[in-house]
Amino acid sequence: MKGLISAFVSGGLFGAGLLISQMINPEKVIGFLDIVGDWDPSLAFVMIGALVVTFLGYRFVLNQPSPAFSDRFYMPTAKDIDGALIGGAAFFGIGWGLSGLCPGPAIALSALGGLNVVYFLGGMVGAMFLFRWRKR
Amino acid sequence: MENFTPISALLGGGLIGLAAVILMGTLGRVAGISGITGGLISFSSSDDKSWRLAFVLGLILVPIILVFVKPDLSVLEFKLTGWPLLISGAIVGWGTQLGNGCTSGHGVCGNARFSARSIVATVTFMIAGFVTVFISKYFGLYL
Repeated sequence: MKGLISAFVSGGLFGAGLLISQMINPEKVIGFLDIVGDWDPSLAFVMIGALVVTFLGYRFVLNQPSPAFSDRFYMPTAKDIDGALIGGAAFFGIGWGLSGLCPGPAIALSALGGLNVVYFLGGMVGAMFLFRWRKR
Repeated sequence: MENFTPISALLGGGLIGLAAVILMGTLGRVAGISGITGGLISFSSSDDKSWRLAFVLGLILVPIILVFVKPDLSVLEFKLTGWPLLISGAIVGWGTQLGNGCTSGHGVCGNARFSARSIVATVTFMIAGFVTVFISKYFGLYL
């Protein structure tokens, strides 16, 4: 139960952060990616704020013997920089640049973003499902 | 520089960071939304879907509450709609599963640990994003 509440709190704070930073606004994101046009550096500042807090927090948290409500840390185990990583990241960047949305903001907006978000989520979840189904 | 909002950006980013630290400190998990969502959709029968569901619930519900209190937080402008937006979503969905992360998983959590994979992924998706926006603007794709 404590674990579920923690997950809920984490998701909630994440959503609040997305809203306050306006990362749920495609125009804001595309404004950052429009690096040779009307450039809006805000997204970089969101990243900086997030990175500083995460870097410091992780240093403390990862030095504990285990998480508070779980028996172990679940760190990614892959180490190679391979085609899948680069290809996947490139693909993601293309979709991100086209729409101005990525998974976090899209899900945060599911109830608030109207039909447009439904379109994006439909495509996103459908593709994720297909990918997972192929790998099963 | 248009529409630059450094204070709210830093504040919002800080909250995102806090969320990531809390998830790692309590459950030992990476706050990567594409990974959390992908795990929810996955076909494996492991019982780790409940925390993912709780996270996604918070991610959806808290913004609803915040927007009720401060409606201007939901101001947004879509640059793409309809089928092109659906296709972009599919590209994001596929790419994040293939590359094992997105702006939160790689961009925040991975980079905070100086993960080489995440640094490479982040540089890659940033460049892809810059190029895509440049081309999209050139061809008048956006609304």
